[in-house]
Parts: sequence; structure tokens; C-alpha cells
Amino acid sequence: MPIILPEDPTPIAKVPSTENKTGGWRTFRPVIHYEKCIRCYICWKFCPDAAIYFAPPEAHESPKEALAKFDTVEINYDFCKGCGICANECPVKAIELVLEESVGGDE
Amino acid sequence: MKMILTGNESAAWGARLSRPKVIAAYPITPQTSIIETIAAFIANGEMDARYIRVESEHSAMAACIAAQNTGVRTFTATSAHGLALMHELLIWASGARLPIVMSVVNRAMAPPWSVWTDQLDTMAERDSGWIQLYTQNNQEVLDSIIMSYKIAEKHNVLLPTMVIEDAFILSHTAEGVDVPDQKKVDDFLGEYDPAFKLDPDDPAGFGSLIMPEGPYMEFRYKMALAFEDARNEIKKVVEEYNETFERNYSPFIEEYRTEDADAIMVVLGTIGSTAKDVVDRMHEKGKKVGVARVRYFRPFPAEELRMLARKTDMLGVVDRSYSFGPGADLYAETRSVLYKHTDIPVKGYVMGLGGRDITPQILEKVFDDMLSVAKEGVVDKEVEWVGLHGDERWS
Ligand code: SF4
Ligand code: SF4
Repeated sequence: MPIILPEDPTPIAKVPSTENKTGGWRTFRPVIHYEKCIRCYICWKFCPDAAIYFAPPEAHESPKEALAKFDTVEINYDFCKGCGICANECPVKAIELVLEESVGGDE
Repeated sequence: MKMILTGNESAAWGARLSRPKVIAAYPITPQTSIIETIAAFIANGEMDARYIRVESEHSAMAACIAAQNTGVRTFTATSAHGLALMHELLIWASGARLPIVMSVVNRAMAPPWSVWTDQLDTMAERDSGWIQLYTQNNQEVLDSIIMSYKIAEKHNVLLPTMVIEDAFILSHTAEGVDVPDQKKVDDFLGEYDPAFKLDPDDPAGFGSLIMPEGPYMEFRYKMALAFEDARNEIKKVVEEYNETFERNYSPFIEEYRTEDADAIMVVLGTIGSTAKDVVDRMHEKGKKVGVARVRYFRPFPAEELRMLARKTDMLGVVDRSYSFGPGADLYAETRSVLYKHTDIPVKGYVMGLGGRDITPQILEKVFDDMLSVAKEGVVDKEVEWVGLHGDERWS
């Protein structure tokens, strides 16, 4: 039997990282309190894992009429690792970190 | 064009002529004048490259890895503690199969604090997966950088390369150097043709996780095969370079008066040129000795050393570093590859640590010691420290 060697000289992954769900690493779950969220997208900018994404304006309530026409944000818990950066950066403290067990984590 | 260049200027010229697109570097004595010279080339518009000033050597190598991954040539330079700080990324660069070329100016590791020549820094990286080439003069520094890009970039090699020079003896000492014509170097090297690269149109991740049942071992085995292929490519490229630029480098070992020698000294780096001088003097006194200067320590010239051993009655191996186990690296590896291939005695000599001068007088005494070992046929002491304060044998 001949030795089977990989074709590439070094591992070159063509499978996108979205195939590898890593949300199970989370200890704390960031939960957005939409009644405070001013749709500034700072959390979206800072999230190191692109786990925050845009949702249509009407998907959630808004604290002010003037903000209601802008897109809102949501968190993809399949990839959020609970680092808490978003909660730390949110200027109006709209993101709360909740211990995963206390919300019955599903990962 | 003939120029008067230091070893470090020669390294900078070697890089300039090879047209790397990214230089990421952090200063450290005695390497600093390499990256200063390159910075001046770029500032003067003589070199078209991006110069990245980083906060450490660890970052310098990280930047070279990332840049090379985008499909361009890169270059950096370091010494001693800087090389040690790069350690993690050195192994990454070779495992990622990126043909980065780096100048390393050998310098002693502290403490005691020292900036002078000593080979422990590069010997400590012998298993990092880099090709290692030890040079003897400034011309060889310049030429080797050009040749190294060509060898490293072959798709059956893809291994990063350290071109190593002795601190101060080469790095800060000027001599006449023939600087090849840019056009000729361009023709010799050709455009960089990466085996793979980051491409937004064909996204990929490099260096991903491999589970124990995955091909981790197979990737390492491919590197081992690449080192074997590198031997052939080194021979071919050195031959082609010799022809194109009228030089006469021997690929792995430069031999001097080794035919019919009663004892041959095996050395690395500039010790070779002093030793050759001493060999001539010894011959005048009727003592038949020779020198073999090992150029490539990785890949290790096993077959060449076996052929060398057949020519003589004794090998004396000089190391400018010490390994707290087998004694010293060049010595230990030489003995290891000779095992069962020869019965001749092999003795190790450790000298010149921390930049202590290796003088012709000392080498003459070492040659005399080697001749007496050759005559007795047995080694009195496997590894001997030469020239310790108060030891009158060598003074
Ligand atoms: S906790 Fe971290 S990973 Fe999760 S959404 Fe916030 S910033 Fe992103
Ligand atoms: S940083 Fe806070 S306020 Fe801004 S969008 Fe994110 S959750 Fe809303």
C-alpha cells in the first residue's frame, strides 16, 4: 500500500468557518435589552467573531420613534463565544451578560 | 560592480537584488545595520518594498508570514535574543511552508551579556524547520541570499532559510564584494511564483486544526521529504549560480587540502578562513592537515561527511557553541551520521564562545592535538573546551 499524503504542502481549509459552530464555548450569554438599544452598531463593530448581525427595523422595539426606521441588531448564539466585548462597549449598557446555565443554554 | 561592503551591507544588497516586497524588522545588535541599510534603500527609492516597523521580533516574523501568505517575497534579519523571541513563529513559518529568507547574525545568548559571535542562537533553532546556511565572507553572504530565495521557492522545497554570518568578524568588517547586475539577478531569480496564496476570489484558511487521526503526521513527513528535495535543489542552484555569476561555491562542504590529510578539521563560518591559513603553515612544516567548512547545517550534509571521513584518519569538529548533552551540535551530528560508516576517531573542540578570538595560534595547537589523536587512533577526551583561562595547553 502506498503512503497517502495530503496534496497541499500545508493545511489549506476550503470549508468556511460557519460550518464549525463554536457557541458551546460560552459561559456568559449577551442578551440585548431592546428597550435601551439606540441602534448605534458599536457592538457589531467590536464583536471579534461577527456574531452580531443586522435585522430589519421592525424586528425589535425601539426606545425612540426616530430610531425605529433604522436596522436593529441580533446575536447569533451559534457563534457567540460570550467574550462580553459587546456588553463592555455598548454606550447605553443595553447588553447584559447572563450566566448560560441560568437561561438553560441549548448548545 | 565591485564595492567595499560590510557583511551587513552585503546582506542588505543581497535582499535588495532579490526584490522582496515586504521587510518587517526590529533592530538588534549586531544585525541592525542590515535593516538600516534596507530602510535607506527604500527611503531613497532604490528599492520598491513596504517596510514595516514592528514592536518585536515575534511580530516581525508574524508580519513576514502574513505578507508572504499574500504571495510576495519577504525578508527580515535578526540576532540572538531576537531570534529566540521569534522561536514560535519560526516553526509556524516552516510548517506554513513559506519560503521566507532571513539574515541571522550569530551572537552569544545572555547572560553573561554579550553581543559578540557565538553560534548558540542558531543552533538552538536547528529543529525549527528552516534551512540553515553558514557563510564565511561578505561575498558569500550576498550571493547566498539570492540563491536562497531560488532554492526556498521551489515548489518541492518551500522551506524558509536563514543565511547566517558571524557577528563583527563579518557583520561590521568591510571587504571587496562583487555586486551582481540587477538584470542578471532578475533573470536568475524570476518572478516569485507562490505555490498558494490568500485570494479573496478563492477564500481559504491556512494552518487549520488537525485532529490526531487527521494528516498532521503526513504534513510533517512532507516537510521531511522537502528537506531531502532541498539537497538536490541546492546542488542545482549553486551550480547554476556559479556558472551565471562566475563563482565557485561547493554546495554543502567547502574542502581545503583534504586529499591525503592525516586529520581534517570540520568547521562552520569564518573559522574556516582562519583554519585554511593555518593549514598552509602546517603543510610547510610537513604536517598534513585539511579543513572542511560545512555550509549547510540544515539539511545536514550526512553523505558528504561520510565521504570526507573516508579521506582521512581523524576528524576534529569545532563548535562555537555548547550543547549540555552530547557536547556540541556540529560534533554530535557529525558523529551520529558517521556511526557504523567509519572507525576513525572523531573529537569535538568547543571554542570561541562569546566572541572570544579564535586565533591561528590556537588552531595550530588544535591541529597538533588532532594529529596526535590520529596517530594514537583513539580519542582521549570526546569534547574538549579550548582556551579556558589558565589552561596552558592552548595558550
Ligand atoms: S459576547 Fe463577544 S462574541 Fe458574543 S456577541 Fe458579544 S462581542 Fe460577539
Ligand atoms: S452597542 Fe448597544 S446600543 Fe449600540 S447597537 Fe449594540 S446593543 Fe444597541
